[in-house]
Amino acid sequence: MNIQLTDEERMIQKTIRDFARKDLAAVADEANREGTFQDEIYASLAELGFMGITVPEKYGGVDFGTFSLVLTLEEISRVCASTAVAVSVHNSLANHIVLKYGSEEMKEKYLPRMASGEAIGVYALTEPDAGSDVSAIRMSAVKRGDEYILNGSKIFISTGDKAGVIIVIARTDPESKTKGMSAFLVEPDHPGFSVGKVEHKMGLKASSTVELVFEDCRVPAANLIGEEGMGMQIALGSLDGGRIGIASQALGIAQTALDEAVLFGRERKQFGKRLVDFQATRWKIADMATNIDAARLLTYRAARMRDEGLPCTKEASMAKLFTTRIANTAVYDSLQIHGGVGYTEEFKIERFFRDARVTEIYEGTSEIQRLVISKQVLKEYEQMYPA
Amino acid sequence: MKIIVLLKRVPDTEAKILINQDGNGIREDGVKFIINTYDEYGIEEGLRLKEKVGGDSKVTAVCAGPEESTEVIRTALAMGVDDAVHICDPALAKPSPFTIAEVLAKAISEEGFDIIFCGKQGIDDDMAQTQSILAEKLDIPQVNNATVFELADDLSKAVLNRRIEGGDEKVEASLPVIISCEKGLNDPRYASLPGIMKAKKKEIRVKNLADLGFNEAPSSGRSRVLKWLPMPKGGECKMVEAEETVDAVKELARLLREEAKVV
Ligand SMILES: Cc1cc2nc3c(=O)[nH]c(=O)nc-3n(C[C@H](O)[C@H](O)[C@H](O)COP(=O)(O)OP(=O)(O)OC[C@H]3O[C@@H](n4cnc5c(N)ncnc54)[C@H](O)[C@@H]3O)c2cc1C
Ligand SMILES: Cc1cc2nc3c(=O)[nH]c(=O)nc-3n(C[C@H](O)[C@H](O)[C@H](O)COP(=O)(O)OP(=O)(O)OC[C@H]3O[C@@H](n4cnc5c(N)ncnc54)[C@H](O)[C@@H]3O)c2cc1C
Repeated sequence: MNIQLTDEERMIQKTIRDFARKDLAAVADEANREGTFQDEIYASLAELGFMGITVPEKYGGVDFGTFSLVLTLEEISRVCASTAVAVSVHNSLANHIVLKYGSEEMKEKYLPRMASGEAIGVYALTEPDAGSDVSAIRMSAVKRGDEYILNGSKIFISTGDKAGVIIVIARTDPESKTKGMSAFLVEPDHPGFSVGKVEHKMGLKASSTVELVFEDCRVPAANLIGEEGMGMQIALGSLDGGRIGIASQALGIAQTALDEAVLFGRERKQFGKRLVDFQATRWKIADMATNIDAARLLTYRAARMRDEGLPCTKEASMAKLFTTRIANTAVYDSLQIHGGVGYTEEFKIERFFRDARVTEIYEGTSEIQRLVISKQVLKEYEQMYPA
Repeated sequence: MKIIVLLKRVPDTEAKILINQDGNGIREDGVKFIINTYDEYGIEEGLRLKEKVGGDSKVTAVCAGPEESTEVIRTALAMGVDDAVHICDPALAKPSPFTIAEVLAKAISEEGFDIIFCGKQGIDDDMAQTQSILAEKLDIPQVNNATVFELADDLSKAVLNRRIEGGDEKVEASLPVIISCEKGLNDPRYASLPGIMKAKKKEIRVKNLADLGFNEAPSSGRSRVLKWLPMPKGGECKMVEAEETVDAVKELARLLREEAKVV
């Protein structure tokens, strides 16, 4: 598995790194303080091609693959983790689902608009009674003529209020739990769609998280993605990419935690010494740096495997589980090294500390990742040493 | 219109520079290389000019540098440059501005040109000589440190501001002309993903000294680099502390007189 960057990947990394440090950094603090979504930032990212990274050229994308998306999300998250949410969901879930499961007609109609950033794609799965347990979703979709009528609500939907395309998982057959689910592509101007409650979160303040309400929402039958009953398969099948995306986000957060810790610790003196000269600080730095390297290797490996078309469910879950955990220890230790000032809004680490937390919750909690990983590991043993 | 942009591969501004063991260069291991920042202004201005003039205008990048320069050349192509000439020859390792200007002049003459943009200096060795020597070799006017560039409507002459101490100087130059670019001239575009994708298919013509008609590397002029030395270490900073400012000032005066012996 080659995790070295190609020339092309280094060029992509340089573009997004320069953009993040210059354009995004200029607005990130205020956007997170005021809780505003950065329309211009997404417009610029779209113009540079970042909203269609994995979409083939014939649908208006640049066809670069998961690995390039990882580099992109890592660099964005080093500056603003909120911005990475929409970029990740849009590319690794929405674009991916339309591309992999959509009809040719659907691809031609929607992908160019999505890849150009004109329509931001969001992913609506979670419901009040269905979080980790995807099979518990209740939102209904009933076919009537050449339309489906959707009823129910989705909660915690990232960027739901800015969506141009909403991928919705709903129930077409109340009798069958997992096989009774289907995926739909909904547009915000389909009649009966509205945005409900807006969440006030601990972190990711510049990324909106909202309820989406569907009241007799009429969706053209052609907007069924794949076939009826494929909802669960689509929901779970897209998770590998989504998880690699969140691992990349956590990786960027962790890297900034380390950067800030070292830069601060070199300046700050107590007891006549720089903080980085205390062994207590050094050990934290060593642990952070080692964890970040290990996390990067896991994440890059999963991305390379996905680009090569290899099954990578276990590897994607491992990358997400490990990276999101070490990101949280990294922000914790970095804030500790900052001392009292780290607890104030004056220092970056305060925001990154809050932003890191949710990475262990969304796109499958850490407990769910362990469920996935252990299931795969046991299966491997089952094959090697049949009971 | 035929537009030439020059580009040089230099260490990243953030790279930590260490002198190599022989004292004749830097240690390159682990150092990231980028397009010389001032050259980026030149590339941007070249692209804008092409967009403005339109027609069959073309921007060609010319880069003299080691094999590894391909990456920065591709970056320029990804920004929108049409094609590139890469002058690459082992005999050009650690060249002087004279040598480089001579080979650039040959390559550029072969390409043909109406206007040449380059950076006002390399951010690596800060010599700021190549463009002037090149102007002499090509026998064309040069305008250095440009902060504003405009082309007359009939394309006959360029009107420019060049940054000088305390302000700008407005100048006019006939074409063909070589212009070295200063920060502030423009805001260079990023290499977009579609640009990076298209760059794969653009042509880089690699030429060695023989291809350009040289039997050996041209003379390096009258100066010679003897040795590279690390930055001299700054002295220790001593903080003068006292309860009352006036006491601190007295102590400072004493130190300047007795220890530093400068007053
Ligand atoms: C900021 C933010 C953005 C989000 N964006 C989106 C989005 O865009 N689209 C979307 O559809 N959803 C989104 N979500 C929802 C997110 O995916 C869910 O919060 C997540 O799946 C967990 O579900 P839950 O909150 O209902 O927790 P629950 O499933 O109720 O879990 C609560 C706790 O119980 C544990 N648990 C549950 N089941 C098990 C088990 N079998 N074994 C062991 N432990 C278990 C969990 O690990 C967790 O610790 C977002 C959430 C947040 C906070
Ligand atoms: C919300 C809040 C309320 C506060 N209220 C008060 C108040 O009412 N009154 C008041 O006087 N102060 C108050 N403080 C200040 C607080 O007591 C200090 O922040 C605390 O003592 C740490 O000092 P510091 O922030 O300067 O960190 P530093 O001392 O600079 O420490 C930074 C890091 O270096 C580590 N470190 C320092 N020295 C060593 C060493 N020798 N060996 C190993 N590690 C070391 C620390 O453990 C820490 O991790 C408050 C702070 C906050 C955040």
